[in-house]
Amino acid sequence: MGFLNNLGGIKVSRRVTYAAILVALAMTFSYIEVLIPINIGLPGMKLGLANLIVLIGFYILRPQEVFFISLIRILLMGCLFGNGLSLMYSLSGGIVSYIIMLTLKNIKGFSIVGISIAGGAGHNIGQILAAIWIIQNDKIIYYLPPLMIAGMITGALIGFLAKRILPTISKGSQKILIK
Amino acid sequence: MKKKDIYLVLVLGIAAILMFVFINISHQTAGNNIKITIDGKVYGTYSLQEDQVIEVKEDLGINRVQIKNGKAKMIEADCPDGYCMDQNEISKENETIVCLPHKLVVEVILENRIDNEIDGISK
Repeated sequence: MGFLNNLGGIKVSRRVTYAAILVALAMTFSYIEVLIPINIGLPGMKLGLANLIVLIGFYILRPQEVFFISLIRILLMGCLFGNGLSLMYSLSGGIVSYIIMLTLKNIKGFSIVGISIAGGAGHNIGQILAAIWIIQNDKIIYYLPPLMIAGMITGALIGFLAKRILPTISKGSQKILIK
Repeated sequence: MKKKDIYLVLVLGIAAILMFVFINISHQTAGNNIKITIDGKVYGTYSLQEDQVIEVKEDLGINRVQIKNGKAKMIEADCPDGYCMDQNEISKENETIVCLPHKLVVEVILENRIDNEIDGISK
């Protein structure tokens, strides 16, 4: 059980529990999101509620744990409600936004709101890249500017939300979860 | 919001606006044909001058593209999301309608037929 010990010994079950709760919450958020569609004629545009979980995760769990929370959420939602193609878009968007948010988190000077804005834009960049690759036509890049702006707006909303709830969550979790 | 957040928003925002302006400049001239591609392969080229309905039948599904008064529009598609039918009519060069689930792209192109004929004769 060396792997589990490396994760933090006796605290490992708590970490696993936290990660599981976050996966469940992220899935719930993804599901709720389907019920509140924002249709402004932009395919691929959504609120990105699940990103709230990834953001919070960055502040209470380790980066690799956050990565797996995001990955498991995307894979499970893809299997349950999506298809192969929608999974590709989510995966690509999720990975690009994860990399961008982790990078900004490690650079000092960005707040959770800024990280979320970059993550939102990154998610849509990732999706466009996936779309270019899937449909084999780079003309689709024309959708990038409006999608990037949309991603930044929804990213800002999610970021402000995260900023409000993070103090409450980290108060409850600081005794269990070490960085 | 910290100072760096503001810079980040400005940089991303300006990048998006520049791209948007650049793309709009490339959408100024009226095109004369539409090119339909599926999965990167050309399915067919159709004149915008003739009113017609093009039925694109492929393994992934059916799309119907309507050309009317020099403008092309997706009027029917059996894709799950139907976003392609929400997209605006296209008539300017480089404008596109995309149906992601069917990997289908309709784009307006400008082909100069006279030039082509001259080329043909000179060869």
